[in-house]
Amino acid sequence: MLIDVHAHFYHDRTPRADWRERNAGRLAAGRRIGVTIHVASILGSFGRTSPTYFPSPPDLEYGNSALLALQREHPDLIRGYVTVNPNYSSHARAEITRCLGAGMVGIKLAASRRATDPLLDPICELARERGVPLLHHVWQHRRRDWPGQEASDGAELAALATRHPSVRFILAHIGGGGDWQHSLAAVRGTPNVYVDLSGSGADGGMLEACLEAVGVERLLWGPISRWTRVGPSCVTSRPCSRRPISSA
Amino acid sequence: MRIDVNCFLGAYPYRRVPGTSPEALRRTMARAGIDEAWVSHLPGLFWREPMEGNAWLYETTAREPGFRPVPAVHPVLSGWEVALREAADRHAPAVRCDPLFFGLDPTGTEMRVLAAACGAAKVPLMMAVRLEDARQRHPNDQVPELPAAAVRALIRSDGAVRLVVTHADRGFIEEVHFGSTPDEAARIWWDVSWIWGPPEDHLGTVLDTVGVERFVFGTGQPLRIPEVSVAKLDLLDLPRDRREAIESGNVRHGVTS
Repeated sequence: MLIDVHAHFYHDRTPRADWRERNAGRLAAGRRIGVTIHVASILGSFGRTSPTYFPSPPDLEYGNSALLALQREHPDLIRGYVTVNPNYSSHARAEITRCLGAGMVGIKLAASRRATDPLLDPICELARERGVPLLHHVWQHRRRDWPGQEASDGAELAALATRHPSVRFILAHIGGGGDWQHSLAAVRGTPNVYVDLSGSGADGGMLEACLEAVGVERLLWGPISRWTRVGPSCVTSRPCSRRPISSA
Repeated sequence: MRIDVNCFLGAYPYRRVPGTSPEALRRTMARAGIDEAWVSHLPGLFWREPMEGNAWLYETTAREPGFRPVPAVHPVLSGWEVALREAADRHAPAVRCDPLFFGLDPTGTEMRVLAAACGAAKVPLMMAVRLEDARQRHPNDQVPELPAAAVRALIRSDGAVRLVVTHADRGFIEEVHFGSTPDEAARIWWDVSWIWGPPEDHLGTVLDTVGVERFVFGTGQPLRIPEVSVAKLDLLDLPRDRREAIESGNVRHGVTS
């Protein structure tokens, strides 16, 4: 079994006119690599009617519903993270309840609010209650604010994870650009943070550094997200973590 | 036959990189099915006198049957014409000059003179757009990325120069290719190391729109793992002739012919 823990799909209200082809292309590439399950999210409208990293509630509902439809269409192949915007607390909690109830298996937080912000606490509490992991978009060593997102880095995610020790967090795309050495150092001592290997930056030495920092038990396989080339996990050819991160 | 035109030997100044020795490169080539590696001296890119790395490079590549040297030429430093002539005499497949790493104006007089000299010597000129993702660079690594306009200017500056540009992404390639005449564009080759492959459509698109004959296999190893470039081609399911063109044919019948 090979689980891609960080995938994205499109829908008809995203900027890509070829959204069907792109979705089919992801599944085709997954078949070639041997992916058995794509655990995916849709970040609202991916910028068409609200910003990718600051999705509006209507866009979130539409994207999450589109992902649920894909999950129903490919019940053996696709699982969903429910994407929410923590700035809309009650909406976020309601959306999580709706989508987990419909079969999604985790929560996705992009970059709408810094990971250290208390507004994330009710979302983490819900993740704890429901026993689902939380995949958090991470900018590997954020030295400043970047336009278009309120990104968090590994240290900020570690702070959130320390506040919620019973919740399992996934640090997104360690190969997604940025100083991955900073992230590994930041989360090394936080046992409830897992590292997802996806990203376009398949640097020499990165996989070895991940193994050294968090061990095979806290590494998750993620080859290709929406933006990425085939990543370092090509050389692992199997899921890294043998400890279940989700019972769903 | 798989030729990797984008390899380095030697230490990288901004982070610890495993596998920078000739022995390690040989092992990764075997692991990734690479038969021939065009090798540059990585530390030399950061030296005041980049050409001082060429002697070690020639010596090392002479010992390794699968290695071919891509020596550095710095057109402001004395002896650059000798370095270029030596490269031609030793049948180096290309020379490299990364103007922004060398502190040069990428479209300035020195680069144009070098381009013309490479054209006259029939030695392709190689340069990288970048070595690392801009988001992950060391705080002291402030070298700007090579602008697409510089490649357009260089290819226009001499009718005989041939360029091999590595680490370029789709947008960069399209800007240069469609901003050049067919004759100019036909003298530029792009390595595939920085172009997104499946499930994104960037590589598949440029192979169709720019033309498969314009692309060569490259990895950027050891800064990047070589399997990425192999996997991209695997996932594209290219017809055999197109894949062979990228992996070796375009080098043998275009870049070095």
